[in-house]
Amino acid sequence: MTLRPFHQASWNEPVLLEISSPGERGLLVPEVEDGVRAAAKDPFAGIPDSLRRSEPPALPELSQPQVVRHYLRLSQETLGNDVNIHLGLGTCTMKYSPKVNEELIRSPNVADLHPLQNDETVQGMLEVFYRFERMLCEISGMSRFTFQPAGGSQGVYANARMMRAYHEANGDGDRDEVVTTIFSHPCDGASPATAGFKVITVYAGDRGYAEPDAIKAAVSDRTAGLLITNPEDTGLFNPHIDEIVDIVHDAGGLCHYDQANANGILGITRARDAGFDLCQFNLHKTFSSPHCSMGMPCGAAGVTDKLAPFLPAPTIELDGSRYYLDYDRPQAIGKIRAFHGVPASVVRSYAWVLSLGADGLREVAEVAVLNNNYLATRLSAVDGMEVSFADENSDHRLEQIRYSLAKLQEETGVGTVDVARRTADFGVASYFPSHEPWIVPEPATLEPSESYSKADLDTYAEIMAQISREAREEPETILNAPHRSTIHKMDPAPHDDPELWALTWRAYLRKAGKGRRA
Amino acid sequence: MSDAASVHPYIPNSLPRIKREMLDAIGVAEVDELYAAIPERLRFAGSLDLPEPLRSEYALRRHVEAILDRNESCARTLSFLGGGCWQHYVPAVCDEIANRGEFVTAYYGETYGDHGKLQALFEFASMMGELVELEAVSMPTFDWGSAAATSLCMAARITGRRTAIVPASTGAERRSIIGGYCEPWVDLVTIPFDRASGLLDLDRVREAVSDETACVYFEVPGYLGTIETQAADIAAIAHEADALCVVGVDPISLGVLEAPPRYGADIVCGELQPLGIHMHYGGGLAGFVASPDEERFVAEYPTFLIGIGPTIVEGEYAFGEVVWDRTSYVRRGESKEYTGTTQFLWAIAAGAYLALLGPDGLAELGRGIMERARYGARRLDELPGVRAPALDGPFFKEFVVDFGETGRTVAEINRALRHRGIFGGADLSDEYPELGQCALFCVTEVHTQADIDRLADELAEVLR
Repeated sequence: MTLRPFHQASWNEPVLLEISSPGERGLLVPEVEDGVRAAAKDPFAGIPDSLRRSEPPALPELSQPQVVRHYLRLSQETLGNDVNIHLGLGTCTMKYSPKVNEELIRSPNVADLHPLQNDETVQGMLEVFYRFERMLCEISGMSRFTFQPAGGSQGVYANARMMRAYHEANGDGDRDEVVTTIFSHPCDGASPATAGFKVITVYAGDRGYAEPDAIKAAVSDRTAGLLITNPEDTGLFNPHIDEIVDIVHDAGGLCHYDQANANGILGITRARDAGFDLCQFNLHKTFSSPHCSMGMPCGAAGVTDKLAPFLPAPTIELDGSRYYLDYDRPQAIGKIRAFHGVPASVVRSYAWVLSLGADGLREVAEVAVLNNNYLATRLSAVDGMEVSFADENSDHRLEQIRYSLAKLQEETGVGTVDVARRTADFGVASYFPSHEPWIVPEPATLEPSESYSKADLDTYAEIMAQISREAREEPETILNAPHRSTIHKMDPAPHDDPELWALTWRAYLRKAGKGRRA
Repeated sequence: MSDAASVHPYIPNSLPRIKREMLDAIGVAEVDELYAAIPERLRFAGSLDLPEPLRSEYALRRHVEAILDRNESCARTLSFLGGGCWQHYVPAVCDEIANRGEFVTAYYGETYGDHGKLQALFEFASMMGELVELEAVSMPTFDWGSAAATSLCMAARITGRRTAIVPASTGAERRSIIGGYCEPWVDLVTIPFDRASGLLDLDRVREAVSDETACVYFEVPGYLGTIETQAADIAAIAHEADALCVVGVDPISLGVLEAPPRYGADIVCGELQPLGIHMHYGGGLAGFVASPDEERFVAEYPTFLIGIGPTIVEGEYAFGEVVWDRTSYVRRGESKEYTGTTQFLWAIAAGAYLALLGPDGLAELGRGIMERARYGARRLDELPGVRAPALDGPFFKEFVVDFGETGRTVAEINRALRHRGIFGGADLSDEYPELGQCALFCVTEVHTQADIDRLADELAEVLR
């Protein structure tokens, strides 16, 4: 297979603040009518000088074509899922976000709704919430969901707060520890830590996942709960998961199932059926709502009946034929996110599930798992690349795999960070090595969701094969990569140095003395 | 099953022929063999009870649009709702940029493949930095409330103290977000506001501040619309106690209102939604935090921070994560605060908005909003029994309207207005019972004189 020649857009765009042209305007604001102006008199009356803007902000002054051209060039320098084979972002479930769903949420009937509108004027939105909640209950086995958390980590955080509220309501507020695992998402430790819990992290056993005995050793009468991802970032499904749940329950704790990695198990296995009390789905991952450059996400948080009273207000209820927001929830935890979370994500995901149905969802899961195992078969032929825990655990991985390039690194000196950088020269975004810590040496985590074709997978495997060959034949090509990307190899040193890091243009000008155009 | 029955447009490998090739390559007979690791007892038996799929795009669109058509949007109905989410004009350019497929379908910041996205985010932070005159600006938080909560937690860690002072005028929902988030880390002391002006009582601020105080938090403009005229005095009180001053802002006001550090703010936070982002039933919210570029501040940010730096080619910019080891992605269970996917797309839109408006546009816009809001208050104040503004402190785009003397509740008035095609101001009677039958009205550049006159005329009819 011959890889196509590629070069990413490389516009060398200046930073906007460098190209300001005093006096130019990108937008004219609506004029104030004479009658309004006359009646308003001095709008600043009563405002002391110390609160009046003394110097105009040094924003760029640009006409509209300049702004549009600049941003569209930047968009061309961005490899979203729409333009690249984005399977390198393991744990992120990059998949196709249907265009029709984007059109639906851009309608004024979604985009121009105010969150404090009376329920009677948002019946359509509440109906979508209501219907989609029922869908997620069926998919997970849970009793209720809230869509208020605006992100996966915030969904986990909401569930950690509900754990705490549950124990406090039961006179069990001394439970101040939670247990997670090292291959769970980092937020399964970080979110409960933010909620005030002490976090115990259980490491994986020989087979690549937490063994029941290790969980047993971690729980006590201080245990508020367990927060675990399954399948974990390795793509390994922990077959003892229900046994682990029993251990935590026996100790008096609750169990949260992080379902951010649910793409391979839709319709196959459900959180509630494994005994879990809480779970969360990331609508921007499994449920096809786009990742939007790190937002607008939704971490839909689901609970069983016994935790439902603690869901944050409001919930969406149906009274005959009328939907309404129920704020009368005396045991609810406080607000997690303002208003109703990110409703557009709910609309998109509702439409996505409806386009598939039960059989279609299972097809998504099966093809995601098929794609992953097919890619693994192809990558097993790549010299220096191995599936983590392959010797210790021959189970097929589900929707993703954490590979190791340790062998390549040992034999050639080319490590995973170098290889990831080099992939950018072939038109694919650099892959995600691993969450920290790097338990698997020289890691690469790939997740070829159902959206990629067999030809895409073959292309990706060939890119890795070619880089593996280069590592032996011309390692400098990799070590100095990228060569055909938007920019060349970054010097990362400034970003950890307080004397040099620059989070804004004004900081950069102070520290570097000048911009490129100076 | 025929190909036509099984193929799905979103799933290239749904074709049985291709599946067969792939299964053969793997060396298994059926997909089910790949699931061998999931014990039988955990398998879901049968089929999920979900609605029948709408397989054609047309059928799907018809169905979803029919449901959404039951909404009445602010694009068609004259609305004066604010209270944490506001209707401003969203320039076409902002929509064009925020809707670009490359930005919509990108994710995690990758220095090479996503250079353009990272540059747009750095430019957002840079323009916000100009607006608030601070050199360190975070990537978006979930909303203003989460930005304020993080600011208070940062202040506690920076000062080594654990009390924060928060005005009761901060708004119930935002205080709930802040209170729940801060609870393990910061003790909140809520101080009342002056019933007549909506402003803080400096004596109450002095009483509340002690050597345990990490920070004093207040908002300009506040939730109730008022501009805290004593901002510099409050900051001075905080600083005398070696506490920090944290100020929450609506950034669209900063073309006409002062950059908070000039009156003493150490940390500035606020809401991005006014800057070229549709309300999205509240989904348009996104917060930000800004501070001086000092290590003791920067080290305490939980958020993503994007920095500019060099590549091996002279004059070329690269963007990378600043002090990545700070974040919960590295610290896991040892984190001070979690971070994750938030609302980055809105940062790109907000950046484009600031670039379009520029300093003059923002100043004209701010002044125009204030003039319209004053006109609105004046028109409503003319109505019998109606008092507007009900708080006599100066205000930006929102003002409290007191209907107490009309003998009607806000709920009744708003119901009547709704039947006349108007969304009245947010009902404050539950949130602030001490204010009686008051509502929070919001007037922005989207409201013409005719719109405001229509409100006043319809309200006069309602109250007749």
